Parts: sequence; C-alpha cells; structure tokens
Amino acid sequence: MAAPAQTHAAAKPIELAPVFKEAAIAGGITFLLAIGLVGFKTIDAAGGLSYTTRFADVAWATVAVFFGRLAMALTRTGRPLVPLIGSVAVAVVLAFLLLMGEGGPGPYGVPLPFDDPVVNWIIVICAIGLAINAAVVIGRGQPGTAAAAERERAMDRLAAQIQYATRWIGPLIAAFAITLPFLPFADRQLVDIATLILMYVMLGWGLNIVVGLAGLLDLGYVAFYAVGAYSYALFATQFGLSFWLCLPIAGMLAASFGILLGFPVLRLRGDYLAIVTLGFGEMIRVILINWWWFTGGPNGIGSIPRPTFFGLPFDRRPEEGELAFHTFFGLDFSSSHRVIFLYYLILALALITNFFTLRIRKLPVGRAWEALREDEIACRALGINPTNTKLTAFAIGAMFAGFAGSFFATRQGFVSPESFTFIESAIILAIVVLGGMGSQVGVVLAALLLIGLPEFSRELEAYRMLAFGAGMVLIMIWRPRGLLAHRDPTIQLHHGRVGAKAHL
Amino acid sequence: MTAEAIQPVPTGARPLLTVEHLTMRFGGLVAIDDVSFSAGDGEITAIIGPNGAGKTTLFNCLTGFYKPTVGRLTLSTAQGTYLLEQMEGFRIAQQARVARTFQNIRLFPAMSVLENLIVAQHNKLMRASGYTLAGLFGLPRYRNAERQAVELARHWLERVGLIEQADWAAGNLPYGAQRRLEIARAMCTEPVLLCLDEPAAGLNPRESAELNELLLSIKSEQKIGLLLIEHDMSVVMGISDHIVVLDYGRKIADGTPHEVRNDPAVIRAYLGEEETEELPPEVAQDLTAQT
Repeated sequence: MAAPAQTHAAAKPIELAPVFKEAAIAGGITFLLAIGLVGFKTIDAAGGLSYTTRFADVAWATVAVFFGRLAMALTRTGRPLVPLIGSVAVAVVLAFLLLMGEGGPGPYGVPLPFDDPVVNWIIVICAIGLAINAAVVIGRGQPGTAAAAERERAMDRLAAQIQYATRWIGPLIAAFAITLPFLPFADRQLVDIATLILMYVMLGWGLNIVVGLAGLLDLGYVAFYAVGAYSYALFATQFGLSFWLCLPIAGMLAASFGILLGFPVLRLRGDYLAIVTLGFGEMIRVILINWWWFTGGPNGIGSIPRPTFFGLPFDRRPEEGELAFHTFFGLDFSSSHRVIFLYYLILALALITNFFTLRIRKLPVGRAWEALREDEIACRALGINPTNTKLTAFAIGAMFAGFAGSFFATRQGFVSPESFTFIESAIILAIVVLGGMGSQVGVVLAALLLIGLPEFSRELEAYRMLAFGAGMVLIMIWRPRGLLAHRDPTIQLHHGRVGAKAHL
Repeated sequence: MTAEAIQPVPTGARPLLTVEHLTMRFGGLVAIDDVSFSAGDGEITAIIGPNGAGKTTLFNCLTGFYKPTVGRLTLSTAQGTYLLEQMEGFRIAQQARVARTFQNIRLFPAMSVLENLIVAQHNKLMRASGYTLAGLFGLPRYRNAERQAVELARHWLERVGLIEQADWAAGNLPYGAQRRLEIARAMCTEPVLLCLDEPAAGLNPRESAELNELLLSIKSEQKIGLLLIEHDMSVVMGISDHIVVLDYGRKIADGTPHEVRNDPAVIRAYLGEEETEELPPEVAQDLTAQT
C-alpha cells in the first residue's frame, strides 16, 4: 500500500523548505510561550519565595512540537512514510522506557524528556495519533482535504445512524439507568456520581430547548438553576413546605424569571443575546450574595430539609411518633437508601424533561421554535408571534432548570451563591454544544464525558482542565457542530428509513 | 398629486387592497412618495419599475416589516376590513391573511420540506393543540388537525411538484424548487392576498413558464388576489390583469398591460429620455409592434 504514496511523493519533487519552515514556526511559537510559562517556577524557599528554572523542559517541548508539526506537514503534503516510522519509533521507545522505569530518570541511565510521567504519556499518545494519521494517508493513498470531507460525511452518516438507533437504544439506556442501583458493581459512590451526571443531563436537556431548538444562545442558564434552588431552600426552611409542593413552585418561579429575562432581550440574537444573558446570570449571583437578610448572603442557607419518601424520612432515629423509611418497610437502616432515592428522583425528573422535549418538538410550538432558529423574518411573514414563541422557550427552559435547582438544594442540604457561578453555565452549555445542538442522546453522551470521566479519574485531578481544553479543541476541529449533530424531521410524508439516505 | 383621486381598479374587479397616499421615508430618503392604487380580488396585480423604484419597500409596508410614514393600507375581505398600517407585523399574516415570499428566498433550511409547510399552518395547529396543552397529552383533536395540515401540505407539494422531496431538508433543494416551495409555504397559510417578490428571479425559461401556469391556476382556483413584483416581462405581461409602475418612489402609470406598455411615461422610465439604443428585447418588441 506504500507504493501509491511513494509515487505521489515522487510526482512532487523536493519541496521541503515550506514544510520545515512551518515546523520551525510552530517550534518557535512553542519556545516563546514555554520560556515564560514553563521555564520559570516559583518555589517556597526557606527565606521566602524563590524560583527554579526548567529550561530542559522548554527545550523538550520545543523539540516535540517541532517534530510533531513536521510529521503533520509531511503527512499532509503526501510524504507519510517517514512520519509513520518516526512516530512509531518514538511511541515504542518512550512507552518501553516508561513501562520499565519507575518514574525519575529512566532505566539504563536513559533520561526521559519530562519528569512527570503523565506528560511523557501525553507525548506517547500524540505520537500514536500522528502514526495513525500517517497510516490512514498511506492506506488511502491520498492526503488532504478530500479525505477530510469524506471523513466528515462518514461521521455525519454515523451520527444519523446513532440518532436512528436511539429509538431502541434509548429505552435500553433508560432500563439500565433504572436497574443501576441494584447491579452488583454499583456502590454508593457510583450511584452518587450517576446522580450528579443525571443532574447535568437534565440541565443539558433543559438548556437544549433554549439553545438547541429555539436557537437562543443563553450563557446565564445557571441563574434559573439558582432561582429553583433558593426557592426550595427558602420555602422549605421558612415555611416548612414539603419537597413535592416546592418543586412546582420552584419551577414556576424560575419560569417567571425566564420571562422576566426574555422581555428585554427579545430583539437580540446571537452574540448580543449571549452577552445579556451572561450579565443576567451574574446579576442573580450578585443579588444572592448581597441580599443577605433574605438569602443569607455568602453564607448561604443551611440545614435545608432532606427529601422524604412521601413523608417517611431517611433517618436512623426519626423524631418521636414518626416512622422512618427503614422501619416502615422493615429494612435495616442503611445510609444508601437516601442516595438511591435521590438517584431515582433525579432520574424521574430527567426522564420527564426528555419526554416533554421529545413531545413538544412535534407540537406547533416546538416547530415554531425551530423555525425561529432558522429564520425569524420568515416566521413573522407566516403569522408566528415571535415574542410569545421566544418567551415560551425561555420560560420552559428555565422551568426545568428550576426543577433541577430544587433537586440540587435538597440533595446538598445547603445552597450558597458559590454553586451558581458562570463556570456552571459554561459547563451546561458545553454539554449541549458538545453533544450536538438539539440532540437528546448527544447531551447524555456529553454529560458522561464532561462530568462522568473527571469524576472517575480523580487521580488525574491536576490534568482535568487540560483534558477538558484539549477535548474541546479536538471537537472543534473534527465535529464543529457537535458529536451527534443530526436533525431528524419531526414528521414524515414518506415513511421509511430517513436521515441516512434523504439528507446526505 | 395629493388631489389625485383614488382610482378604481382598472379592470373593474372588487378592490381587495387599497393603498392610499402611501409614503415611506428613511431619514431624508423618500423611498415611496404618495403612492395610491388598488388591487382587485381574484386578480394578478404586478408592480414593476426599475431597480430602486421602491417596490420591495412597498411590500415591506404591506406586510408590516416597515411602518409607513404616511398613508392608509386597507384590506377588505369577506371576513372584514383591516387597516394594515396599524397592525403588528405577524398579525397581518395571522389575521388579515396576507402572505408573502421574499426576493432572497427565506425558507427554514434545516427543516424538511414538509415541516416548512406545517410551520406555515402554525396558528391553526396552535389553536387545535389547545395552545400546546391538548397536544402534550395527545388528544385526538390535535391529531386530526395535524392530519389535515399534512393533507393540505401534500396538496401543495403535488401542485408544485415536490412531493418526492417532501422529507428532504429544504436547504438541499435546487434553487428553482426552493422558489416553488416558498410559494407553496405561503399558500399553506391560506391567504386572501399573496405577495410575491420576484418569484421568477433566477429561473430558467421553462421554470418561468411553469411558474406562470402555477400563478394563473392559484388565481383561478383559490380566488385570491396576487400582488407580484417582477422584472421578467414575459411573466408580467403574460399573466397580469393590472400593472402599477413605480419610478423613484412615485407611481407613473397604472392600468391594464396594454395601457401600460403604451404609456410614454413608462417607456421613458425604462429607456431614458432620448436614448433608444439599448432597448430590452421585450420593450423593443412592444415598440415595434406599436409603430
């Protein structure tokens, strides 16, 4: 298979200067960035703050980027053989040294590029990536953009097939989620993480209505989450209302805040809307901090009543004259009862959100949201009231955030403004965008990746944000419209297998 | 000019739309200057004029995208009389039932062809779905209404020859098909007045002839008024009952195609004062036929 690649290379005589120039520029930029960021490190010395230099690391980083870029450029211009051999060699040698040695300087006295084994492993992974890239080009016998377009189409087809398959995968996932707490490997920690993931799934599905369907870029979604959490916290602590009564109240309050925000921003779209919603999100947080006699200020609200199983508390020793969950059902007390109950609670809430969204997409208002996303002027010419349509999208999206907020408050037993910072909005939006705007399965997948993976790999805590950033960059390169960006029509005239054939 | 009486429709039809002293100013620019005319029910009224004559601005005033500076726009239908200049944009389509298409096509590109036509029936379906509540619980009333909406859409898809592409994304259709779909979408709103902004732009002669046929059949079957902006004289002269000519925002002629093509003011506007060299072929033909 190497033959076509070689003839390709032979067809283009030695034009290596631009390739080396490109690699040299990349290496130079790396050097300039690394000299300041990596080259000096402050340390706590005996007499005060001091610093050490790490010029060896800077040199290794520059060399690694130079050769990596060189390999990429060579592969792209149709000379994949040398990069393939080189990157395989680097990956094998480095991986061998890493596996033999126990950190520190490598075995046989060979020094490893970086002290930190994780960074060394990243180099190995990058080398493997370059090798695969080169191998693919050799396999196809053609480099460049044609292959990229083909890959794009193949991935679109895959997304369409996954979307189609969710008709039966969806119930399977739901069944798995329902039985999860009773599966043999499910310990308390796993159920807890699953609850957290489901919270973000629900928030993602809620935001999907606003961003994915109605096309209104909302960067302040966490504000409605906060409204829901504080409504439950205040109603439960001040008036002693039960969770089930507070849930609809919190949803309604959040929805009214959605309408309140919706009114002034009706005329805005895109970037302008994003900025205003961002400001709204921050406003709510600042109000929560400063309105101390009402919200408890930065101290938040504590001792929020924990959820009860329709009136039966999950306490070891319930108050005089009350039955607890375990005594009522004749079980031994276990603290995991509450965890499992919370899990089912959020599962039910999330499933309701999902069914609601799937249903409303096929209703006139859902179609109007999508039409509004596509072309607002055409909507007006068809007699669709853009004001009401946008407001319902804001209100319904906010309502689900309110539900999720009450759940958050009852799960934590404590709320404070710190839980509702901009980063939360950004994560929820990242889940929606990463999953593919408007895709329900995409949101689940993205929540698993963004919330689940970091939770499971706490050992790599220090590299979480690095991985997060790298993942986002890769998605922007390969799937800029999201992992599962494929839209199924809400109604069909000719029944049969759509998506795969009709749209591509 | 202001003393000019409102002329009746030259063809004698009952006026559906009456435009009186319409003026639209953008700062110092007068895009439309005291234009009055009326368009008959069950007729095709063409609005022609050189580029920048204010034709699309007139459409934007009619369909509520602009608020006219001065003037009255009356739509008198069997359901009642509407003063369009006082209505909010979307209500003109919703209540007065004026539908329009756009010069640069405005479909919902990511939605399917069928969905485009279903969205056009939004208000009807919204009522049937009990403003979403009945629809959420899947009540039969909504399901029936949706079935009827699909039937109406199917009817129009057959009329414009897009039934095979019903489940395609609208943005993937070829250009001519997108133009036809936009007309079908406007018709799905069940309008009493259909405003078409250059429907033949970018169509080849065969497509253009098909369009003529479609518009004539809409006129005869639906008994609605059509208002047409068009540069293609074969379309304008072939199908219009009544032509209004604008130039620099003013109305310079108004009458049947025969009257308009012989009007010296129109010839001047299209050909310039003295020059008779660069005649557009249609006009040249008309001129030679006349002499």
